[in-house]
Amino acid sequence: MKEESPSRPQNFFRRVADLYVDGFRNMTVGRTLWVLIILKVALLLLVFKLIFFPDLLQRDYDSDQDRAQAVRSSLTHEK
Amino acid sequence: MNDLMSVVDWSRAQFALTAMYHWLFVPLTLGLSVIVAVMETIYYRTRSERWLAITKFWMTLFGVNFAIGVATGIILEFEFGSNWSNYSWFVGDIFGAPLAIEGLLAFFMESTFIAVMFFGWKKVSPRFHLAATWLTGIGASLSALWILVANGWMQYPVGMEFDPAQMRNVMDDFWAVAFSPVAIHKFFHAVFSGWALAGVFVIGVSCWFLLKKRNEAMAIRSIKVGGTIGLAGMLLTLWTGDSSALDVARVQPMKLAAMEGLYEGKCGQEIVAFGILNPEKKPDNDADPYLFDISLPKGLSFLATHDFNAFVPGINDLINGIELTPEGDTIRHESYAERIEIGRRAHEALRRFDAASAKGDTAAMALAAADLKADYRFFGYGYLDNPSQAVPPVALTFYSFHTMVILGGYLMLFFAVVLWAVWRRRSWLSNKIILWAGMLTIPIVYVCSQAGWVTAEVGRQPWIIQDIMPVQAAISDIPVSTVMLTFWLFAAMFTAFLAAEVGIMLRQIAKGSKSDYESLKD
Repeated sequence: MKEESPSRPQNFFRRVADLYVDGFRNMTVGRTLWVLIILKVALLLLVFKLIFFPDLLQRDYDSDQDRAQAVRSSLTHEK
Repeated sequence: MNDLMSVVDWSRAQFALTAMYHWLFVPLTLGLSVIVAVMETIYYRTRSERWLAITKFWMTLFGVNFAIGVATGIILEFEFGSNWSNYSWFVGDIFGAPLAIEGLLAFFMESTFIAVMFFGWKKVSPRFHLAATWLTGIGASLSALWILVANGWMQYPVGMEFDPAQMRNVMDDFWAVAFSPVAIHKFFHAVFSGWALAGVFVIGVSCWFLLKKRNEAMAIRSIKVGGTIGLAGMLLTLWTGDSSALDVARVQPMKLAAMEGLYEGKCGQEIVAFGILNPEKKPDNDADPYLFDISLPKGLSFLATHDFNAFVPGINDLINGIELTPEGDTIRHESYAERIEIGRRAHEALRRFDAASAKGDTAAMALAAADLKADYRFFGYGYLDNPSQAVPPVALTFYSFHTMVILGGYLMLFFAVVLWAVWRRRSWLSNKIILWAGMLTIPIVYVCSQAGWVTAEVGRQPWIIQDIMPVQAAISDIPVSTVMLTFWLFAAMFTAFLAAEVGIMLRQIAKGSKSDYESLKD
């Protein structure tokens, strides 16, 4: 098979940009996949992370000292 | 207490669901990236259009799997901060550092080279493209390394010291964490099992081509590459599994005892090749552990120590802290009751540290910290009410381990038969039974792979960090209803995405089977 010679844009950044722009433009199966990926990442980051999965210690305490104290109290709580 | 256990159980179920879903994609990514790289290497050397078509076909399936699997691991990190906040704080940077390295590697290596793989066929030289394909595979494996370093540390915590002021384990030896034998053996075991899984995937899809009599020459070549890498992966999985078994016997002997349903150990301990557990058996009764078993003499002693006559402790031996020498002499270790006392002493020392800290009494703080350090190795036992709580679910561990081993044996035979057929007895590949077996082995290899993780993770219960922290101490104070809700939301979302992936994958496979491969120059 005869290989097409690689195109040679003027600089490295232009070549990288061309790689992505042309790649996305000429995608076939990739379009459906990208829709799914964007949908999934949006669901994860905007719905699940923000509503259901806050970092509790970051949210509830202002300093690392307070967070350490909260964990110490929780872990040394006598039954 | 019931509500706490309910939150623990639902959080564990949620973590298991997300981890198992994530592991549907990861091993295929790890293995198929290598298979595609080998195929492209053959194309690079031969410049055959047919090998190029083969490479592009499997690369597309790799892309579908990668794209749907991407970001599924992020959910696990969400759960650490929300459901397991005590754990998340307690492990500090020991867990955070490997995950951060993994994130950087995944982002820079995989995303960069995957773009070249898919978009760069006519943009970069064939040599650079081939390098990008190999680097995608290497990048995926390196990402897995750091995840397994984090997991290995939970199974065998090393390279750290607990700082009661920060309430964190502080890493004092990065290399001990990164090159922990448990982590390294787990890493190679997981990666090579991915090769085997991907090998079965390639063979199964190729068998469908052969069954439909479409692009048969393409299927035969794919089977040769996929089968060879799959068999190599299987043999290496067996080898690294042996190393992992030695690790488990050394650092998690209770897990090994549960894997075998072994309550009373002995020197020259047999291994159960196949067995049915007696559900009535408990550590504190004399019931027979098995309703039925087929055992190999001295097998477990050899698996655990590479010595046919070595002593392997059972669940009761470990609870009682008893070990026997080959001469029959008894060696005493801390019993679990003693470990619970030591753990409670450590908790008391931490409380004294806290009280002294509040008063600013540095001398008392130093004394309490020294007491805590002396007893810290059994810190987690202080949360247990009795020794039996340190026994993992025996039935699930036993059956998942034996499922993995039996299916692993089948896979070895499967690869041998398929490779013999493709190299020596091509007529076998016209036999519908063999072709159907090839396709049906795809779900089997996934069951085998998942069973391995179930063994590793259920078998280490109740510990989230071995001996240091049980799951009930690691959990956040959150309502169980929230965890239940997100469990079902995840289950619905995962099912939908999995269905989408399978649909896209099947369409691509059908498309590939109808391509004009035969008209291409070789």
